[in-house]
Amino acid sequence: MITNFILAPILMHLFTAIMLLFTMRYLRLQRIISVTGNIIAFVLCLRLFFVTLEHDYLIVQIGNWQAPFGIIFVSDTLSAIMVLLTAIVSLSVGIYSTAAINPSRIRFGYFMNFHFLIMGLLGVFLTGDIFNLYVWFEIVIISSFVLLTLGGKKMQMEGAIKYVSLNMLASAVFLTAIGILYGITGTLNMADLAVKIGEVENEGLVSVTALLFFAGFGIKSAIFPMYFWLPSSYHTPPSAIAAVFGSLLTKMGVYALIRTFTLIFQPDEFIQWVFIIIAILTLITGGLGTINKKSVRRLLSYLIVCHIGYLIACMGLYTELAFVGMIFYLMHDVVVKSNLLMITGILQKIRNTIDMTRLGGFGKDYPKISFLIAISMFSLVGIPPLSGFWPKIQFFGESLKSGHYVLLGAIIFASFVTLFVMLKTWSEVFWKDSPKRLTEDIDRFAPLRKENKFALIAPIAFLAFVSLYLGLNAGQVYDLAHRTAEELMNPNHYIDAVLNGNFKK
Amino acid sequence: MELLLLLLVGILYSAGIFLMLRRSMVKLLLGLILIGNGANILIFLTGGLTRGKPPIIKDSQTTFTDIYADPVPQALILTAIVISFALTAFAIILLKKVYTTTGTDDLDSLNIEDLDI
Repeated sequence: MITNFILAPILMHLFTAIMLLFTMRYLRLQRIISVTGNIIAFVLCLRLFFVTLEHDYLIVQIGNWQAPFGIIFVSDTLSAIMVLLTAIVSLSVGIYSTAAINPSRIRFGYFMNFHFLIMGLLGVFLTGDIFNLYVWFEIVIISSFVLLTLGGKKMQMEGAIKYVSLNMLASAVFLTAIGILYGITGTLNMADLAVKIGEVENEGLVSVTALLFFAGFGIKSAIFPMYFWLPSSYHTPPSAIAAVFGSLLTKMGVYALIRTFTLIFQPDEFIQWVFIIIAILTLITGGLGTINKKSVRRLLSYLIVCHIGYLIACMGLYTELAFVGMIFYLMHDVVVKSNLLMITGILQKIRNTIDMTRLGGFGKDYPKISFLIAISMFSLVGIPPLSGFWPKIQFFGESLKSGHYVLLGAIIFASFVTLFVMLKTWSEVFWKDSPKRLTEDIDRFAPLRKENKFALIAPIAFLAFVSLYLGLNAGQVYDLAHRTAEELMNPNHYIDAVLNGNFKK
Repeated sequence: MELLLLLLVGILYSAGIFLMLRRSMVKLLLGLILIGNGANILIFLTGGLTRGKPPIIKDSQTTFTDIYADPVPQALILTAIVISFALTAFAIILLKKVYTTTGTDDLDSLNIEDLDI
């Protein structure tokens, strides 16, 4: 269906950001506008999701230029899922930020940059043009630069320099790849590229371009040899910012990988092997990195890297069932990771530290919050029937079926490491007695006003509920993932919808 | 002309990567700028160089009859230049801020806080 509605969520965030730009000085107004904008955008994203499910493909051609010539926006099932996840995370983090981000950061335009970031993410997920994808990527990274450095502490600056330089390098690699791709095909529309790339005679050049895309997106999604910027920068910003970064920014890179390597480049044997080897190394190195960490936030940064390995492994296996697991895991991971990173913020607020050795007794003092946290932690580990369990069955089954036993071993290793570090966190932070006498003035959570407490706890409860829903309602989610996997395995429908206008499958 | 630009692209990329491997933050930034410029010239080159044939249809005709210069790469480069301009401006300010907070230009002396886990 051709509809302008695809642009509505993007424009809503743009509009909110502009409104926030004009009211920078008024703290209360900033919070109200941001939350209102987020709620409206959430409703729009939800509607976009259901309309996409109904009509299969939504397309808008900007300026009414026909498909291969103008920029187009396409919403298929994968895009719709990513948009919905972005909306869920943005709404929860937006509400959480109203209480968690201190006034000086808000005065320096925290909310404005936050909305530009979300706008960029939505653009990445919806665009159907490879150069337009680059532009959206740049919008996302420049907003993330500002969010990461806002505050200007020494530690933040040290993290930011690595983050900024490696992301700029990734963009340069991506741009180079686009340049070569345009040179050999003469088009930028992704569906048209998928058609034209088959007609290129120089196959070596196509492989080189594919690997350049892999490197560019790989840096952004933090896979094995190129993840070092992530653990050294993600523990520095406030927890609300880390929640968006940790859950959505790396998944943006993974989304771009999925899109390019299912639609434009059909991976051959060699590229599949590259994916699998890199996935094994990512799972193992990321897993090993978590073991000796004392700070909960640093531990989670390495877990983010480790779990990207699962998604890359599914790209390497390249079967329909592996894709089902990948899509399911993507949904689960975004929800749970953002929740856990927000939880570290609450720990920081209550105990004034997130160092495990100095934490303790949390379960006794705050039993209700601890229960909420337990849901998220154990669904990350994958205890049935919580959401992490279902995709892992697919990973095991598919890697066993295709005979990649080393990969199977790496996946099991990563799962065990996740279990180990989550249990360690649970016993250190929640079960053991607090190592030092607690005085009233350490706890900056209890004296908060009621609405601030609500703003901190409600998003966590909401995300825990979503995670429970994903786990307990796995049948429906599985159907959705299956439908997405089918679309990814048969890119002809996408090409047909974009170039010929046959929107129904 | 193509060969000359090709060599220029190669030199810009290699010089950029060489500078990025240095320990100084300023050289790191200069390296990134050089790689960005290299990418821009690469896009210009892959579109094909056509001299004196603007992509404008004459009044007397309705379609192109002659070969014409591809306008798309130039639009791409223009966008990329604007973006890299903004990124570079941000990165320079960041470098200055890092220099004032840490008092050093050496990338190796930034990792001190990462050593304790």
